[in-house]
Amino acid sequence: MKIYRVNMTEGEVTTEDVKDAYAALGGRGLTSQIVADEVSPTCNPIGPKNKLVIAPGLLSGTMAPSSGRLSVGAKSPLTGTIKESNAGGTAAQKLAKLGIKAIIIEGKPADDKLYTMTVNKDGIQLEDVSDDLIGKGNYEVMEKIQAELGEKVCVMSIGQAGEYRLESASIAVSDPEGRPTRHCGRGGTGAVMGAKGVKAIVIDDSDAPGVPIVDQDRFKEASRALAKSLLDHPVCGEGLPEYGTAILINILNESGGLPTENFKTGRFEGADEISGETIADVISDRGGQKTHSCHPGCVMRCSQIYNDKDGEYLTGGFEYETVWGFGANTKVDDIDAIAMMDRICDDVGIDTIEMGVAVGVAMDAGVIEFGDAEGAIDLLEQVGEGTPLGRIIGSGAGFTAKAFGLDRVPVVKNQGIPAYDPRAVKGVGVTYATSTMGADHTAGYAVTSNILSIGGEVDPLSKEGQVELSQGLQIATAAVDSTGLCIFAAFAILDDENALPAVIDMLNAQYGLELEADDVTALGKSIIKTEREFNIEAGFTKADDRLPDFFVDEECPPHNVKFDITDEELDGLYNF
Amino acid sequence: MKVTVRLFATLKDLLPKDRKKVLVELAEGSTVNDVAEHFKIPQEETLIIKVNGRSADKSTVLKDGDRVGIFPPVGGG
Ligand code: SF4
Repeated sequence: MKIYRVNMTEGEVTTEDVKDAYAALGGRGLTSQIVADEVSPTCNPIGPKNKLVIAPGLLSGTMAPSSGRLSVGAKSPLTGTIKESNAGGTAAQKLAKLGIKAIIIEGKPADDKLYTMTVNKDGIQLEDVSDDLIGKGNYEVMEKIQAELGEKVCVMSIGQAGEYRLESASIAVSDPEGRPTRHCGRGGTGAVMGAKGVKAIVIDDSDAPGVPIVDQDRFKEASRALAKSLLDHPVCGEGLPEYGTAILINILNESGGLPTENFKTGRFEGADEISGETIADVISDRGGQKTHSCHPGCVMRCSQIYNDKDGEYLTGGFEYETVWGFGANTKVDDIDAIAMMDRICDDVGIDTIEMGVAVGVAMDAGVIEFGDAEGAIDLLEQVGEGTPLGRIIGSGAGFTAKAFGLDRVPVVKNQGIPAYDPRAVKGVGVTYATSTMGADHTAGYAVTSNILSIGGEVDPLSKEGQVELSQGLQIATAAVDSTGLCIFAAFAILDDENALPAVIDMLNAQYGLELEADDVTALGKSIIKTEREFNIEAGFTKADDRLPDFFVDEECPPHNVKFDITDEELDGLYNF
Repeated sequence: MKVTVRLFATLKDLLPKDRKKVLVELAEGSTVNDVAEHFKIPQEETLIIKVNGRSADKSTVLKDGDRVGIFPPVGGG
């Protein structure tokens, strides 16, 4: 295994051996450690001192089910904290098969040129593509590159938003069809890539050596055991493939936790029009794909391909959070309009969650009306065009609220709060407040016990037990994010006692280790501590681990609940 | 008494065609289990039940005007 270092100031690529300290790390554990070791916490995120670190998970590139998740790390332009943004697509598997532990992109070109980085068995080559690709959206970039290099290469690219270095710019990762439907969405890593002058990273794993495995038989057995756990679990094996993640719209709506009209209430009248059930019907009627894997080897296959009214491809990887953000949060109940917004975000290269929150904020401030789907589409198109208004929206929810003088701003550490109202789903509220990443539901997905009856039950409306719940999940998630396993594997891990041992067995068989369950917890804790120390050095204090005032002061109907977990209780999260 | 019932995901086919919710007339003291039987939801099926937006189970006793939502196991995120 090796680490490539790409210095964009000099245009130089060097190859390094993997330090002992990095050998047992992968995914988030590795990106966060490298960022903590090499990036000054006080640097400007789009300046030459920031670095973009790309790493596949520890199990990526093997036959382990659903293990092809990619981590990208940097200091976040959006939050100013350390950031790990996780995506599916085919990049992680190809990088791992090429024997690449991580790619570190540093420096900044002196000119305003844009480059592609081609990664293959011979190393990394940089090519000036300013003339061809400047100002292009992700769909066109991927098509052009695949027309030249074949459909099998994976492309990671930025759209216009990354070129403009906007704080909600994402990095697109191509799916198995070569389309930009999977993104390192959160935290503006696309702006860091743009600042480095990198338009696209092309990964070609032809003749790659593959991933070495110390004990093949043991690995196969453990991998089969995990696949069985996933397939036997009702959500991983049935719910996700059948309906995708938007199946959550109705259950959050029933539970009164579906943020509606920029977090004014927890129920949306139009919920049924945008539900996973409706989407599945529309997809079937139009000959799309209800079930799709974001990378080969996923057994849960929550992804989808959504066609327009004429049966032509419109978008893919249409997630619950996206449907919520452009649906309930903005009071739009037209699923085709929401799908169009998803498509625009994928093309321009902007985080759908941040955009859903920002458009909700813009509506609340009177820029356009709630429910105005055409107006919302126009705002997103303006992000790509780089108009002044588009740049405001593309800088995220916090920036938009400031530009228009709004005080109801659903962000933590300047990152937009996603699709679960923290007053009615208090466990995830604790995660939003305290995560090292800013408001991030995936960092400690307490929706499991709060709403879904997975991993036990904790009453979502009561403050009892929420800090412990979020703490346990945040630690476990940091470890899972290092393996390359999709976070949805956690549903099985929480409910089936055979699942975690299977994961540990695979790691031991692949790397010749003797890990036990306690080591996994220790890994999760140490990752979070590393990230938190970076944030403290960057100037963050416990005062930043708080929800915006209005969640504490305003009641959320229908349960009329406030966020009542005290500051001291929130601070208790870090007692470990 | 009358309660409003919504069934979701795979269970929605148990509702009359094109109906999102149904008003069900029940005897006083009925439970969620009576609702499940009314719709012929197989007894062995694992269910997630919300009554008035709060977590409930089959033994939860209903009252007039309640809003009942029944789901198979679902997840995402
Ligand atoms: S469950 Fe969904 S998001 Fe996760 S790896 Fe599979 S297709 Fe990708």
